[in-house]
Amino acid sequence: MRRMARRSPSSSFAGTPSGVLGRLTPAARFSAYAALGLGSLWFGFPLLWMVATSLSPVEQTLSFPPRLLPLSQHALLDGERREVTLDERVREPSVLLEEVGGPRAGLRTLVPERSFDERDASRRRVASALPGDWLVSERSASSKSQQRNPRRGIAAPSSIETEVQPRWENYPKAFAALAGKSMEEIEGFVGGTAPLSSDAEVSFFTFFVNTLIVCVLGVIGTVLSNALVAYGFARLAWRGREAFFALTLATLMIPYPVLMVPLFSIFQALGWVGTLLPLWVPAFFGSAFNIFLMRQFFRTLPLELSEAARLDGASEFRIFWQLILPLSRPVLAVAALFHFLYAWNDFLGPLLYLTRRHTFTLSLALQSYQTTHGGVQWHFLMAASTVIVLPVLLVFFFAQKTFVQGIATTGSKG
Amino acid sequence: MKRKDWRALATGLAFSAPWIVGFSAFLAYPVLASLFYSFCDYSILQRPVFIGLGNYRELLHDEVFWLSLRNTLFYAAFSVPLGVLSSLALALLLHLPLRGRAFFRALFYLPSIVPVVASSMLWLWIFNGQYGLLNWLLRPVCAWFGSTPPAWLADPAWAKPALVLMSLWGAGNSMLIYLAGLGDVPQELYESAAIDGAGTWRRFWHITLPAISPVLYFNVIMGIIGALQVFTQVFVVAGGAGGNANPLEGSPARSTLFYSIYLFSTAFFDLRMGYASALAWVLFLLVALLTLLARHIAGGRVHYSA
Repeated sequence: MRRMARRSPSSSFAGTPSGVLGRLTPAARFSAYAALGLGSLWFGFPLLWMVATSLSPVEQTLSFPPRLLPLSQHALLDGERREVTLDERVREPSVLLEEVGGPRAGLRTLVPERSFDERDASRRRVASALPGDWLVSERSASSKSQQRNPRRGIAAPSSIETEVQPRWENYPKAFAALAGKSMEEIEGFVGGTAPLSSDAEVSFFTFFVNTLIVCVLGVIGTVLSNALVAYGFARLAWRGREAFFALTLATLMIPYPVLMVPLFSIFQALGWVGTLLPLWVPAFFGSAFNIFLMRQFFRTLPLELSEAARLDGASEFRIFWQLILPLSRPVLAVAALFHFLYAWNDFLGPLLYLTRRHTFTLSLALQSYQTTHGGVQWHFLMAASTVIVLPVLLVFFFAQKTFVQGIATTGSKG
Repeated sequence: MKRKDWRALATGLAFSAPWIVGFSAFLAYPVLASLFYSFCDYSILQRPVFIGLGNYRELLHDEVFWLSLRNTLFYAAFSVPLGVLSSLALALLLHLPLRGRAFFRALFYLPSIVPVVASSMLWLWIFNGQYGLLNWLLRPVCAWFGSTPPAWLADPAWAKPALVLMSLWGAGNSMLIYLAGLGDVPQELYESAAIDGAGTWRRFWHITLPAISPVLYFNVIMGIIGALQVFTQVFVVAGGAGGNANPLEGSPARSTLFYSIYLFSTAFFDLRMGYASALAWVLFLLVALLTLLARHIAGGRVHYSA
């Protein structure tokens, strides 16, 4: 009866009284859409902002107002059209002066018109500025030389050409930064002026491969071991089965911190600390939740299937492998998916066990970069974060059904 | 037992073999060992020395332990109820016959599967006091009241509320669990209640809520367990909030020194594994206690139908 009353979530029944609210009045409908809009801002905008920042030039992340689109500005500088950064809005009539001699020759500064002394021979007038104009400086590939001696000029707002220009180069630069390259090396590397550091052993790709190893081996282990064990619990009658299963369920309550210290000493004794092994080997020995999940599914398959196969003389393992497993793809997919997400997200495990950089996973590499050199390199941090999020998004879009299925099972069995 | 039973037992054990190893090595032994360590003086470098209740006695006078407990309970007290309410509200909203709700479901769910380190970086950026998006939005509003917005994760008074807000970004997961529960509520119940003249509120209170009470209960319990153990996002934002931030000291000003952070640093930086095990067991007891409390409060109100 209950099953029959259930409607598939995708079927739309607009117009008929539905759920707790009954028929929606226009006002209720309007507020519902308004709430959806607010919800979309809260859940969606931060992700959009992450991608936007990852494509922005560094100075745009540190200026106001914040811009969603990565922009580039071009203006006339000493008679040539160049890419510039907008440094400062001119507030009062001013002049741009250049040091003529001395150690600071060529340095240009903006000085208010009223405090400019015509007789000062050490500085020459380059340009005049009116309120509303921009003090601009040339944007060079290398941020280092830009800081030392920027070529500066004055540009009227109307003469500045603004266009949208995503900085895809932030991504390779962020990879290099995470791999331990210094800012000088990174800017030089992309600009092609400085040689690549010879210490290129640990690359971003290594972190990616490490994460992938932990995920893929963990998923294989999860699917194989839990299916095998759950089969024993679901479809074989043996003495002690119920007691062992009850014990298994009871372990779901144990918080990880209780296990943390002894697990560490086990892996220490095995000599596995500093390797990826503690992160995927345990997956080959089952987990209480997945055993439970798969057992519930296996129990729904008719027992007659196995009986028939047994009569034909098939071994128990063959029944499991050739009959039950192929029928259980949905639940195997759920377990595989959730283990993949877990392993991809895991931070505490890598933090505990990975001691050397070349074994780091993506999450650990990102966090370690952020605490040691992150500072204000928000465009790099967001680029690296985007790269870590991307596989999860892809998996989500290709496996939406499995997600919904998995979550529905998790919750309703509470 | 007959020969047949022995054979059945052997087959059963053969299938369970991976789990017998896993259960013993990665659960049973660690639980017992950690209980034993909690009564010991133990750094991983030397053999554990039994000291009786010494660790637990020390806990009572450990100011940092109480501080981390207070911080964690503060976080849980806000993030769990707010999380439950907001995800339930979103589920009710998305259960309405609205256009594009499949899209909104997916969108609202997505943040909950974003890897925690990445989402923590993102929120560090959004909460950044100087250049962050949030404060850019808040600055005019605050200026109107003659004040300035806080530095959030870099401000001892605002770091925990900021973490609570971050936790609400991941409400999509429980939202989907509620939606699955709502889908199971028999439609006829609403229809007959409507004929009997029951208003929206009464329909919610007498039909929806009892029907989804197992799911609600499940989410509250999972929420409590998760909130008391929260680690990664705290570790990342406390280490990245600027200055000489140290996640192990709960920067800023120990305001994010959460229970699991204290446990982690006690075990792996001070190498006081015995004391850390005692901390872990206190956490275990606390989780069990709160779960029982939730069960007691829920009492007979959780209805398991069918």
